[in-house]
Amino acid sequence: MGPLVPDIISNDLNFIIALVIGVLFGAILEQAGFSTSKKLVGLFYGYDFTVLRVFFTAGLVGMFGIIMLDHFGYLDVNLIYINPLFVGPAIVGGLIMGLGFVIGGFCPGTSVCAAAIGKIDAMYFILGSVIGILLFAEGYPLWEEFYMSGNYGGVRIFNTFGMTQSLFAFLLTSVALLAFWATSIIENKINKIKKPAVRLTPYYIGLAVVGVFIAVSAFMFPPKKSGLLEKVENIEFVNSYPIKEMVSDELAYRIMENDKRLQIFDFRKYDEYKEMSLPNSISFSIDNFFEKEPNKLLSIRHKTNVFIANDEMTERKIAIIAKELGYSNIEILKGGINEFKSEIINYTDDKSPTNRVEETTFKFRKRASSVIPEMIKNNKPVGKVVKKQKRVVGGC
Amino acid sequence: MQTKYMNPYLAGFLLGLLLVATVYITGRGLGASGAIKSITVEAVTSVAPEHAADTKFFQEYTDAHAGSALKSWLVFEVVGVLIGAFISGLVSDRLNFTLEHGPKIKSGVRIFGAMTGGLLFGFGAQLGRGCTSGAALSGMAVLSTGGILTMVAIFGGAYAFAYFFRKLWL
Repeated sequence: MGPLVPDIISNDLNFIIALVIGVLFGAILEQAGFSTSKKLVGLFYGYDFTVLRVFFTAGLVGMFGIIMLDHFGYLDVNLIYINPLFVGPAIVGGLIMGLGFVIGGFCPGTSVCAAAIGKIDAMYFILGSVIGILLFAEGYPLWEEFYMSGNYGGVRIFNTFGMTQSLFAFLLTSVALLAFWATSIIENKINKIKKPAVRLTPYYIGLAVVGVFIAVSAFMFPPKKSGLLEKVENIEFVNSYPIKEMVSDELAYRIMENDKRLQIFDFRKYDEYKEMSLPNSISFSIDNFFEKEPNKLLSIRHKTNVFIANDEMTERKIAIIAKELGYSNIEILKGGINEFKSEIINYTDDKSPTNRVEETTFKFRKRASSVIPEMIKNNKPVGKVVKKQKRVVGGC
Repeated sequence: MQTKYMNPYLAGFLLGLLLVATVYITGRGLGASGAIKSITVEAVTSVAPEHAADTKFFQEYTDAHAGSALKSWLVFEVVGVLIGAFISGLVSDRLNFTLEHGPKIKSGVRIFGAMTGGLLFGFGAQLGRGCTSGAALSGMAVLSTGGILTMVAIFGGAYAFAYFFRKLWL
């Protein structure tokens, strides 16, 4: 599961990767024509909308790519860098950058790109940026308070607008398609090109179809979690789903034997877990399935993972979610903790056995009912899964 | 003969794929102004170490970043940009020292404009916590409200001010 840094790719190797990514970044920008200020400012005077086309297409592909990686469980979005929102500084800083853009004709990335192929104006632009940063640094106490104001943290736009991610993706794609269409018309008008900007040639129809398809596909990738939660609300589906069950006696036996191949995942509320937890069990939640570090625990080979909750139905639902996400070796505790409590922990020998099997079972339960409560008392709860990895620090 | 530029939609598509790969591998997006900041910090701390130790901004930077300011992800990335753009310029025969400017202005005005624009962009990128790459493009891909707000402000601002500086370009 991504991001691959720092555990799969080391921090030092990451620098080499940065270099390679930079080479590709520079080459794409240069090939797109971002190495000339005339093309860049064309966006603001209406004679060349290349920047808008490249920028919007890249943003959309980036957005859909990340949504898809998240949807299929390849990327933990809780670990990636989300630019924090500082309302005032974002607006004022953005406006200053906008002013710099029309006066200077570049932005930092494109100026580096243009300087690389010998554009002298771009070199002066970079020199200017160094001075601008120095100015910001020297006067920092003056604007520090403003710089730190209006902090809302790493919020995401669909939450800000109170809509689903899919709906936002659909709207943004639609806006982009409209913008591509409208700007082509404006561009031709300003450059006095007589041919209509959008013609019904197979090429344009093809492009439009692909665009519309992409816009609609936003709804194909809803956040996976909500889809699965909805799926397990269907009782018939849940009951027909094959899940291996473990009876209380087996669990009790394996706990008493201190079975190292057994992993107990406790899905009850954390308060309930703190009050009473089985030896070596770990407090887990459905959210943990979608996080990079916790789900490593579920993927250890040759381990039996037992899901426990108060009742069997809850266990069943959670186990189905896990199985649908591709985890294996999952069993549930038959009858839930409730049955485990009545059969083992609070076992009373008021029933007399009617056959040999019952006789042995009752004998075992009697022994377990004295050993297991003692083990629970002496056990130090493991608690929740430790998440050491922090969100990546990024940004400029 | 200079080669034609790439189709913008294709370039955008490739750039988008690169962005996804970057986030998948490193957990962070692309950037540019941060590298210029690192170089500025490194220059100040080596030329005037006492002054840097007295200035809060540099202090905070060195506290947050262990080791040399140049050993940062973005510095490596931007060195890559230089190489990549150079190779691309070489392949497409676009390498030469030129000073591009609008038809109505002289070279001196263009140089002054480029430096002023750079100064504003450098300053604004600090305040806005990122430039067109780090805040706008990467922010849009991860659907960050902060990044998208900065993007709207950059392009909105540029359109709002464009009229007043049309003589520089048209």
